[in-house]
Amino acid sequence: MAAGVAAWLPFARAAAIGWMPVANCPMPLAPADKNKRQDELIVLNVSGRRFQTWRTTLERYPDTLLGSTEKEFFFNEDTKEYFFDRDPEVFRCVLNFYRTGKLHYPRYECISAYDDELAFYGILPEIIGDCCYEEYKDRKRENAERLMDDNDSENNQESMPSLSFRQTMWRAFENPHTSTLALVFYYVTGFFIAVSVITNVVETVPCGTVPGSKELPCGERYSVAFFCLDTACVMIFTVEYLLRLFAAPSRYRFIRSVMSIIDVVAIMPYYIGLVMTNNEDVSGAFVTLRVFRVFRIFKFSRHSQGLRILGYTLKSCASELGFLLFSLTMAIIIFATVMFYAEKGSSASKFTSIPASFWYTIVTMTTLGYGDMVPKTIAGKIFGSICSLSGVLVIALPVPVIVSNFSRIYHQNQRADKRRAQKKARLARIRVAKTGSSNAYLHSKRNGLLNEALELTGTSEEEHLGKTASLIESQHHHLLHCLEKTTNHEFIDEQMFEQNCMESSMQNYPSTRSPSLSSHSGLTTTCCSRRSKKTTHLPNSNLPATRLRSMQELSTIHIQGSEQPSLTTSRSSLNLKADDGLRPNCRTSQITTAIISIPTPPALTPEGESRPPPASPGPNTNIPSVASNVVKVSAL
Amino acid sequence: MGAVMGTFSSLQTKQRRPSKDIAWWYYQYQRDKIEDELEMTMVCHRPEGLEQLEAQTNFTKRELQVLYRGFKNECPSGVVNEETFKQIYAQFFPHGDASTYAHYLFNAFDTTQTGSVKFEDFVTALSILLRGTVHEKLRWTFNLYDINKDGYINKEEMMDIVKAIYDMMGKYTYPVLKEDTPRQHVDVFFQKMDKNKDGIVTLDEFLESCQEDDNIMRSLQLFQNVI
Repeated sequence: MAAGVAAWLPFARAAAIGWMPVANCPMPLAPADKNKRQDELIVLNVSGRRFQTWRTTLERYPDTLLGSTEKEFFFNEDTKEYFFDRDPEVFRCVLNFYRTGKLHYPRYECISAYDDELAFYGILPEIIGDCCYEEYKDRKRENAERLMDDNDSENNQESMPSLSFRQTMWRAFENPHTSTLALVFYYVTGFFIAVSVITNVVETVPCGTVPGSKELPCGERYSVAFFCLDTACVMIFTVEYLLRLFAAPSRYRFIRSVMSIIDVVAIMPYYIGLVMTNNEDVSGAFVTLRVFRVFRIFKFSRHSQGLRILGYTLKSCASELGFLLFSLTMAIIIFATVMFYAEKGSSASKFTSIPASFWYTIVTMTTLGYGDMVPKTIAGKIFGSICSLSGVLVIALPVPVIVSNFSRIYHQNQRADKRRAQKKARLARIRVAKTGSSNAYLHSKRNGLLNEALELTGTSEEEHLGKTASLIESQHHHLLHCLEKTTNHEFIDEQMFEQNCMESSMQNYPSTRSPSLSSHSGLTTTCCSRRSKKTTHLPNSNLPATRLRSMQELSTIHIQGSEQPSLTTSRSSLNLKADDGLRPNCRTSQITTAIISIPTPPALTPEGESRPPPASPGPNTNIPSVASNVVKVSAL
Repeated sequence: MGAVMGTFSSLQTKQRRPSKDIAWWYYQYQRDKIEDELEMTMVCHRPEGLEQLEAQTNFTKRELQVLYRGFKNECPSGVVNEETFKQIYAQFFPHGDASTYAHYLFNAFDTTQTGSVKFEDFVTALSILLRGTVHEKLRWTFNLYDINKDGYINKEEMMDIVKAIYDMMGKYTYPVLKEDTPRQHVDVFFQKMDKNKDGIVTLDEFLESCQEDDNIMRSLQLFQNVI
């Protein structure tokens, strides 16, 4: 039950009067307000700072320290106040939670200190309000990551023999600092990447002349040397790729990853070159392939974190870049068209077609101004100047927008994903807590009746099961009980509902219930059975009751002389757990607690000897043979 | 040029945000709307003085204080509207759906049919329910059942009420809720209450039948000591 809503419980109970004329059964007794004391102020002294609040405020959350009797451990008799040797700053938030029902997380507070305080006061962090929950979760995650990093760096000192060879290799590839071998490998590959890139570059430098022919690039002059270098590099790269492929935990995923594609593209031209002959036709295509060798430079991104971040940035900023491109294209087309038509009149104009004008527009808008194409007409010059002015705007404006957009969108996406992931988990936890509260009523029903039954067996060593619910809880449960009585139906939980459905479709044999109805002449006597002559027949008269499930306040104890027949399975299944525990006792002492319900369908009218006969005894009730030996003692 | 760019960029990035101009206007409009709504709900209502309420109801000053503290906590503006009312009532019945019954309750509390329940209405009704005479209680209950407030309860109204009560039970009940259980419940009720069998229950019939029934009489006294 939520916070201040507990204050509305009197209203809800008063509204229950609306059910009374409709109900056919008498209502259960209201729980007595034993110590009806006026609402009093209590003083909470937290490390010297005194907080005062009403007692009922604290009792809104009975499952926390301050709301339960646990705070009595901190009561100081001399000063008549509750003393807590804890942080008063955080206590402010905790107390506000009781007052307003919302738990806030102050940003200046350390996350672990806050967690400790919450744990002390018995408050789940999950109920932090939406306003502060994200901040709390972020801080907590950072803290956890920090702890994990610390743990990892500790663990890295030790060896982990449990990893397989393949796993060690993968780990060595991904994190070169794990072992010296990995570090060596890391630097070697880095060196060879650099060598390969430099080779590609130097290959094209003109290297001096061979006497008698024109200048040759170095690649052709020292072709053998360069070929050897290239071969060495490609061999290293191939070996590295194959090793990575072998060590990868998921080969399929590895093959699809960007880095492996880069690796493949980097070494492919060499192999294709090997395969292909020096055919003149395809050598043109082959030359193009050699361009792909430059992709080896991207292999550096394994060695550089910055490159990876840049790549990811571009990837995530793709739509902004696309927007920039699109707007640029638009502007280029417009201005190129204008310039073309403006320059059409001039003779010997370089602006031969609109696509030809594209080059001029691009050069002008990006303020490059090569000067290879210039407008000659007045109109062309006017539009040219407009073009260059707007070029500045068009280029300059989107760039900061892209930069800030990138940062905003990046963080936003992260936050949205985080929130979505957290939301599911949060809702699941809240759902669990909620079912807890609705199960609390069923639980207390079981416990309440079992307590009464146990009291009567006189076994004082059995302690009361379950915790004594607070007054508000008992009043709330009484309210739910009244609703059950009004409608003649009971709350059960989901599993038993399923069981019931299954059973009701399966079986048909008459009920086997030992009769028992107390002859108690109090307020809560037999309900519908007595009134069965007044009530109409309910349609579920063939309701099976292999195990009686409905419980009322009456309970009966059978003290049997003979051995108990199996037919006295007439015990509420809700007490089945406890009964199983009791059974060993019962067998020895021949005492069985049977908590019998007053059945709702008149067909299952119970009979009893120690009570006045019901108005219409059901004809199809099997009275077990032990009836004669059973001495019924009313429990209430 | 900029305007052209603007409109085109709106097309481009429509999955992210509309163009600044359109977006700005729309946002302002929405914000104004929301602000208006907020201003309306910020209307604060203060109840009459404590002495007056004490004179009008059967509660003592202390009890009124406790009640008001709880009331104000949940509804700082001083009035309860139907949504809040339903939410509060639903908290007590997590198993089923309490909104229909809460709707009828709200109408019974809101005697002036204004759509909001002030503290005085709240406390007056509670005073009748908890401290009133049997006659008053029964009359209040009759008013609750009489949905259209015409002075008679007919079968349809009773059917609605009983259905609302059964809705609060939820799905998981024992025995399983059948389709016509409410209807039979209503039939039973009418058999008991409708003396002249004309299909409607008047206030007098209701009072008479209830006073004959011991159970009802006893259960009306159940919540004497609630506050």
